[in-house]
Amino acid sequence: MDLRLDNISHYYSDVEVLRAIDLDIPAGKIVCIIGPSGCGKSTLLRLIGGLERPGSGSVLQIGEPPAESINPLTYVFQDFALLPWRTVEGNISLVLEDHNIRGGRAEAIISDVLARTKLTDFRKALPKQLSGGMKQRVAISRALAVKPAVMLMDEPLSALDSQTRELLMDDLIDLWTREPFTSVYVTHNLSEAVRLGHSIVVLSRRPGCIREIVDIPIPLAEREMGNIELERKQKYLWDLMRDEAIAADQELLRV
Amino acid sequence: MSDHLHVDAKGTQRNKVVFRGGGFAPQSKRWVGAIVFILVIALMEVGTRTGFINNLTLPRPSDVFKTFIDLWNTGLLWKHLLPSLSRLAIGAAIGASFGVAVGVMIGLFSYVRAGLVPIVAAIFPIPKIALLPLFVIWFGIDEPSKYALIAFGTFTPTVVATYGAVDNVDRSLIRMGQSFSLSWFSIVTKIVLPGAMPGILSGLRVSLAIAIILLVAAEMLGAEYGIGAYILEAGSLYDLERLFVGVSILSLMGVVISAIIGYFEKRLLDWRV
Ligand SMILES: Nc1ncnc2c1ncn2[C@@H]1O[C@H](COP(=O)(O)OP(=O)(O)O)[C@@H](O)[C@H]1O
Ligand SMILES: [Mg+2]
Repeated sequence: MDLRLDNISHYYSDVEVLRAIDLDIPAGKIVCIIGPSGCGKSTLLRLIGGLERPGSGSVLQIGEPPAESINPLTYVFQDFALLPWRTVEGNISLVLEDHNIRGGRAEAIISDVLARTKLTDFRKALPKQLSGGMKQRVAISRALAVKPAVMLMDEPLSALDSQTRELLMDDLIDLWTREPFTSVYVTHNLSEAVRLGHSIVVLSRRPGCIREIVDIPIPLAEREMGNIELERKQKYLWDLMRDEAIAADQELLRV
Repeated sequence: MSDHLHVDAKGTQRNKVVFRGGGFAPQSKRWVGAIVFILVIALMEVGTRTGFINNLTLPRPSDVFKTFIDLWNTGLLWKHLLPSLSRLAIGAAIGASFGVAVGVMIGLFSYVRAGLVPIVAAIFPIPKIALLPLFVIWFGIDEPSKYALIAFGTFTPTVVATYGAVDNVDRSLIRMGQSFSLSWFSIVTKIVLPGAMPGILSGLRVSLAIAIILLVAAEMLGAEYGIGAYILEAGSLYDLERLFVGVSILSLMGVVISAIIGYFEKRLLDWRV
């Protein structure tokens, strides 16, 4: 299943947040969205997943989601959004219970996603006992449990320290390599974008519109740290964003 | 030169950094409470025995205790305590459960909120004791009017605490529930209610204390048996020993209720950081 954003604009009262966004999200690819803070990245992601209605334009699903997909458009949030009163497995079964998956079937799914995110030993732990990186792993395994057609990730690694971020990026690349998933990945971190994105959408400052789409043809598994080509792309992206970032910064000051 | 000032071989001063990070971190020191309690009682005992405190102003704690033992031995204790406890249990259960239900509705539905919040704000400050005659007219002089008074008194603070607690549930968790297409009912029972539980329980602490106050008020106005009736009788005879026995039983009830809620908080809210 592909997604198409068709001429999306959005306002909050009289503030124009997004302007005329056209974008294709092809199945099996990770599309990164970068842009200065406040440019509407999170808003765009909420529109894509149907948590908010766009002011104008529409989000289209092209083709049927795979039959086994329980929740086609699934989010991974920056703040993890785990229920603190449920254990790791409880947090995952939460999203299965409502789709009438219980008992043996739920058990099989939970074991599988926990194994894929290396959490098997933490099944019975409460969120308060876990580090930030572990919590985000739980959130990722919860997302995997509903077999999403598209994973919508809003700065999933931004709340983590840089070492944990590297480790989780490797894990995401592993997951994708073993079983490619479709994802819209919002970040403000350029090195994350060049490591994970098949294509990178650069948004301008508010009102956010697409400035450029940069493709990175290198396979994910071959993007090790210090790769010259990636460094060049990252430098290029930074040059694109630099002025926008400065302008956005001053705009916030004037408010 | 002070202790923490030192000079090394090269003549450079080396001062220890002064610790200034103490305090502002409440710790659980239960025994202090017990000691203060015992000290106050001991002071009263010594004071009344030596005549430093006049026996007419304050009863002797040992006499109060003796009176309590008498009450126990004659079997009157249970005759007074059981009706009181059942009034408290029934009235508070009605008030608190309605309060939680209405509070959750106010928290969830805009129309209910717009309609009921002003009413709740209007009846909250009314001293419910003043309405006892009204309840007597509505429900008769017997038990139901007492239940109604206690229920009404617990209802309003529970409503206010509950909808505040529902308002405070982390919106991002609700959004998460929606993003996984959970049903409305699941979001309420699995996300909103557990998330509001800490606020509801701490609201119950207040509501149940109010319930005890109203229990006594209701019993003072017309009951043969009950802690309130016992206190009223003792008070009209200026029997300070019995008055103090009654009052002590009330504070003991308060302590027990608070301990029960504390137990539930420990059990139900162990997920809190
Ligand atoms: N619910 C909302 N109501 C009003 N304004 C909002 C709301 N959400 C976001 N905004 C505003 O829209 C702009 C874009 O926000 P957001 O999408 O969160 O940006 P980003 O994720 O790129 O940092 C910001 O200026 C923000 O203040
Ligand atoms: Mg954001």
